[in-house]
Amino acid sequence: MSVIPVSYYLALSAVLFGLGVIAFVFKRNVITIFMSIELMLNAVNLAFVAFARAHNQLDGLVFVFFVIVVAAAEAAVGLALVIMLAQNRQSLSVERMNHLKL
Amino acid sequence: MTVPFLLFFVCGGLAVVGAILVIASREPIHSALALILVMVALAVLYLLLGAPFIAAVQIIVYAGAIMVLFVFVIMLLNAGVEERTDFSSIAKYVGLPLGFVLMLWAAHWLWHSQAAGAVGTAVSTAAASSRELSVELFRQYLFPFEATSILILIAILGALVLAKKEE
Repeated sequence: MSVIPVSYYLALSAVLFGLGVIAFVFKRNVITIFMSIELMLNAVNLAFVAFARAHNQLDGLVFVFFVIVVAAAEAAVGLALVIMLAQNRQSLSVERMNHLKL
Repeated sequence: MTVPFLLFFVCGGLAVVGAILVIASREPIHSALALILVMVALAVLYLLLGAPFIAAVQIIVYAGAIMVLFVFVIMLLNAGVEERTDFSSIAKYVGLPLGFVLMLWAAHWLWHSQAAGAVGTAVSTAAASSRELSVELFRQYLFPFEATSILILIAILGALVLAKKEE
């Protein structure tokens, strides 16, 4: 039986997380910024599953389950907030959302 | 080059390409579709890691429910092309290369870390893995599991309150 080193999965997870951070910093659309958060959550989930398999324990899989539940709740509330913001500001750009700025 | 390695590199490559497309595309709907590609590729990797339940949840909840919600909001708000803004030159010429260096350094470090052993593709134990996972979930993690139902209830109430029209 052929085996894939767990470091391969961890390296892929690191690359995906880094791309998520870059998207979070560089995108200017609220929805796309939200999507980059989901990308980072997915990268961390991959690391959890890889470690769970490497240590032969199921706790990592349980954590992934909870992360997915929290992400679903977050998406529901966050997208409702995005709709409110878009109706109030008439724009989805984060440049326009500066009312807390001094 | 055996089949699991080939599958890993194809799906890993698809995930990275999808993540780059999320950044590169200017239309939010294209970013959303690229993110669905990333999620499906990761579901295949979960299968490869011998976690079929997580793979199914990934497809049903992430690629199904969450991304449909994203696409729905993009359609509802008629989100067009992202407006281009100027970045400061420091962000462009120092921040972006540093971000890439950090990302590649982390990947390199993880690749060569000694703590990480090899993992087999435990496809034969897939059904057993799902059963053990559910036993674990309903015994050791019963209280957190019930707490998530409260969390989802709060999320439903929050979304309802936000969506309610002002009197």
